[in-house]
Amino acid sequence: MFLNKTMFLRPKNKLEDDASPQTDRIITCPSCRKKMPVKEISDALKVCDNCGYHFEMHARERIEKLFDADSFEEIMADLTSKNILSFPDYDKKLSESMTRSNENESVIVGTARVNGRKCAVFSMEYYFMMGSMGAVTGEKITSLFEHATEHDLPVVGFCLSGGARIQEGVISLMQMAKVSGAVEKHDRKGLFYLSVLLNPTTGGVTASFATQGDIILAEPNALIGFAGPRVIEQTMRRSLPKGFQRAEFLKDKGFVDKIVDRRDLRDTISSLLSIHSKEE
Amino acid sequence: MEAYEIISAVRSGKRPTAALFIERLFDSFIELYGDRSFADDPAIVGGIALLGEMPVTVIAIEKGSSVDERVKRNFGSAKPEGYKKALRLMKQAEKFGRPILTIIDTPGAYSGMEAEERGQGYAISNNLLNMISLKTPIISLFIGEGGSGGALALAVSDEVWILEGAVYSVISPEGAASILWKDSSKADEAANYLKLTADELDKLKVVDKIIKESGPFYSRLKKDISKKFTSLLTLDGEELIDKRYARFRKY
Ligand SMILES: [Zn+2]
Repeated sequence: MFLNKTMFLRPKNKLEDDASPQTDRIITCPSCRKKMPVKEISDALKVCDNCGYHFEMHARERIEKLFDADSFEEIMADLTSKNILSFPDYDKKLSESMTRSNENESVIVGTARVNGRKCAVFSMEYYFMMGSMGAVTGEKITSLFEHATEHDLPVVGFCLSGGARIQEGVISLMQMAKVSGAVEKHDRKGLFYLSVLLNPTTGGVTASFATQGDIILAEPNALIGFAGPRVIEQTMRRSLPKGFQRAEFLKDKGFVDKIVDRRDLRDTISSLLSIHSKEE
Repeated sequence: MEAYEIISAVRSGKRPTAALFIERLFDSFIELYGDRSFADDPAIVGGIALLGEMPVTVIAIEKGSSVDERVKRNFGSAKPEGYKKALRLMKQAEKFGRPILTIIDTPGAYSGMEAEERGQGYAISNNLLNMISLKTPIISLFIGEGGSGGALALAVSDEVWILEGAVYSVISPEGAASILWKDSSKADEAANYLKLTADELDKLKVVDKIIKESGPFYSRLKKDISKKFTSLLTLDGEELIDKRYARFRKY
């Protein structure tokens, strides 16, 4: 990629609450219709305590809530996308996405600790063009794997994506090969990559690093697939059965190792990192 | 020509399919079938061919020329078993030190229910992971449609060549227009912005060589492939994969 490769540290962002800054606001669970204060959901990892529905989470919030407090050291935070193909309205879309997500790109990367154990981590952002994969997305994840390979760190990756960044055309497609190369080098050095698939994980991200983990976890009911459901319906000229492409279906078909409730995710990550640790 | 006219031409069914390239470029071809796990995918033709004296593993996405054959070949949309067959043959090539030619002509990986059930995403990602570190030379030749991940799954190569009338894109122009503007009739406009023609891909350094389609182009192409393989075969496995890594690292 044609960017300077300085890695930046930046102070942690204050968490923006996507639902509302007013914590006394009441929201309704889309699954069981229970009404509850936003704060209650936020404090509980954004999982409905009544039915277990997993609400969307910001990339940064996920790292801050699942990893040791203040342990996240972000790298490459200041990289931003350029409109390389002069695609109409892309600049506007980028600046809107930055405002909406409070992030510079669709992924944040860095190092963090779980119960004191250090790992490299990337986390994709729902509110930045639905985690779409642009050149900067690919660059950050590639650099993270290279960093992890150099420093013998395991990688924990939270994958979430609507697919390719159409506005970057074939350059977006090339990111799939670029990231795969870095994953392969990390793999060849015998290092551990834990991939966690979130709702939704589709397209080029599914067809590259999301499914290249040594172990692949998924959040309950996450939509996971290569083609999106609407595309498949068009191909088949029929509607899809209930549960098609959901995490549970993928597990039944043999493509996901384990479905982990978000409330158990920290413990699962911690155990897996400990088992694969090269320190002791 | 406008980008959309080029797309229409590669979809017209009037261009030669992969089968003709295999016939014209090689002196013999032994086709090999199956992924050793589920089935044989007729959308992907694979086997061992002789390029002069040189044994080469050939993997091609075949659209078919007649109506019946197009149906049998699923219009060049491969399923997971096709990508797995391709990987099996690539690993075989690596074992025996044969270079690999992939010939690509696909609207994209098949997006039906059974493809999803059998792990289309994983099949492609596993090919990317394995191709980038394959210790044998790979040339990819784009001869018509180069549809997204389904094309890339056979194109993580040392050299990516494209016919002047072929395309390579992350999404169909119809798909782009309907996602971005909720209007698939703006496909011709989207086609221009996507930069998917041979000339544009060359400017973006996504392809290494444009193949002119005039004159005795099969015999010229045959010579070029042979020359390139001969030169790539002088590199040892580590040099080869370092160069391939750098080739894709630049994007
Ligand atoms: Zn609920």
